[in-house]
Amino acid sequence: MKNLIILGAGTAGTMMAHHLRKRLSAAEWTITIVDRSENHYYQPGFLFLPFDMIEERAIVKPVRDLLPGDVDFIFAPIERIDAEANRVHLGGRDPIDYDLLVVATGSHIAPDEIEGMNGEGWRREVFDFYTFEGARALRDRLATWAGGKLVVHITEMPIKCPVAPLEFAFLADSFFKKRGIRDRVEITFVTPLSGAFTKPKASRALGHLLADKHIALEADFAVQKVDPERKCLVSWDDREVDYDLLVTTPTNMGSDAMEASGLGDDLNFIPTHKNTLQSIAHENIFVIGDATNLPASKAGSVAHFESETLTENILRFLEGKPLLETFDGHSNCFIESGDGKALLIDFNYEYEPHPGRFPFSWGPMALLKESRLNHWGKLAFRWIYWHILLKARPLPGIPLQKRPPKEDAA
Amino acid sequence: MKTTIAGTEIDVNEEGYLTDASQWNEAIAAAIAAEENVGPLTDAHWKIIQHLREKHAADEQVTIRSLNKSGVAPTKEFYALFPKGPLKKAARIAGVPKPAGCI
Ligand SMILES: Cc1cc2nc3c(=O)[nH]c(=O)nc-3n(C[C@H](O)[C@H](O)[C@H](O)COP(=O)(O)OP(=O)(O)OC[C@H]3O[C@@H](n4cnc5c(N)ncnc54)[C@H](O)[C@@H]3O)c2cc1C
Repeated sequence: MKNLIILGAGTAGTMMAHHLRKRLSAAEWTITIVDRSENHYYQPGFLFLPFDMIEERAIVKPVRDLLPGDVDFIFAPIERIDAEANRVHLGGRDPIDYDLLVVATGSHIAPDEIEGMNGEGWRREVFDFYTFEGARALRDRLATWAGGKLVVHITEMPIKCPVAPLEFAFLADSFFKKRGIRDRVEITFVTPLSGAFTKPKASRALGHLLADKHIALEADFAVQKVDPERKCLVSWDDREVDYDLLVTTPTNMGSDAMEASGLGDDLNFIPTHKNTLQSIAHENIFVIGDATNLPASKAGSVAHFESETLTENILRFLEGKPLLETFDGHSNCFIESGDGKALLIDFNYEYEPHPGRFPFSWGPMALLKESRLNHWGKLAFRWIYWHILLKARPLPGIPLQKRPPKEDAA
Repeated sequence: MKTTIAGTEIDVNEEGYLTDASQWNEAIAAAIAAEENVGPLTDAHWKIIQHLREKHAADEQVTIRSLNKSGVAPTKEFYALFPKGPLKKAARIAGVPKPAGCI
């Protein structure tokens, strides 16, 4: 028997377990997946939880229930990969050996990276919504918050779901309007980038949204520290932004286990071939999802597109055939813009988000434009996630590679 | 679109960033630096510019933090060398794309 091990049973690892179990002979291969969490969270739900727009039980399921029955699940922390010995060391158990390894350990927030962030104000006036606990604590705080200065902040790029903080600011505007206290809340969006929108086509189409919603912008803000006593963010060029409530997105990092294995870059993301998904360092290690260092978005939709290429490439690798270079950075995301509307964006390594229709040339959805249908699309995404994406079932009409925008099409 | 900088015709996007890193040379860098009110370019600037070009060629992202952590440019010094939005200015001078989000 040969062993294929998948590290991480989140979005990407679960998809790969389904893909590979369908394609690898059970007589020849055992498939084992490892995670230190027994719960699988639907992370896009973390955006809605703070505003009490979704129930906790709708966004969490047991990992085991989401996996194919004939895949072994090991509930343990991954400590280290010994790539020379093809072995994975686990916490509190014997190590396990692999013939082929798929790393899908994702990314997580690291608030300790910024001085003062994880200090006395953490989950009192300083919150994240990138974890289940953070989103839940923020919901409880927002329910009774009387108003003041709300600062929505990105520490540094890359972060998973890079538009989520902006969506948070838009939803906060709607939330306070509904609660009738919008006039008592000042919302400021603070970003290390040059603006809320950084790509020319998106800036043109959406640049008006911040002003429409009376959200102030503090751009090019590289945070040096959080001062929990004076309640302000301080930048490296000595600017300060005061807050009463800070909703920050801390530095996102790959798994510590990658650092311990010598496989990560300085944020513990794994150098990966951008079109084949093979790791740069070892030919029998493949990487998928947020764990890679690819210049693609860290998003569930990206993991879905990657999983198609990765499945073919693992089979090809095992047969000694050349790998396909078919992953093109394709990403497709709904963006909540508040007031029951959303936008849809579609892009890849080559093409920035552009106006148009999706998935077909006639629609039904509009790209880079607010609509109610897109909002319903975002809500329906949860069902699609649990029942289609994770189970590696096909998504009709949604191509693996991005279709070029009309003006660029040959 | 095409533009001529330091006597060389190059392709740039609407924000003035080179779209083909191979068209870059040091004279172009110096001319863009002057436009951005950076410089005159010293060894400390060139070290950062070269680093950005190498990382771009390797398809790796650079952040203010990675420059700091790798020892290429302590953050305070980086701000002193390229005041106000150091990474976006340094990227333009180095002929590589602007650090951007997905929209
Ligand atoms: C607020 C928010 C909103 C989002 N919205 C969207 C959206 O609208 N659309 C979209 O497409 N994407 C969205 N995303 C992003 C999406 O959730 C992620 O990109 C996706 O889950 C990545 O999948 P992954 O498998 O790479 O990582 P994950 O799903 O995070 O899985 C990684 C797994 O590895 C495990 N692990 C890590 N290290 C270890 C270790 N040392 N030992 C054992 N186990 C370990 C973790 O426990 C985890 O289960 C959002 C994310 C957030 C936070």
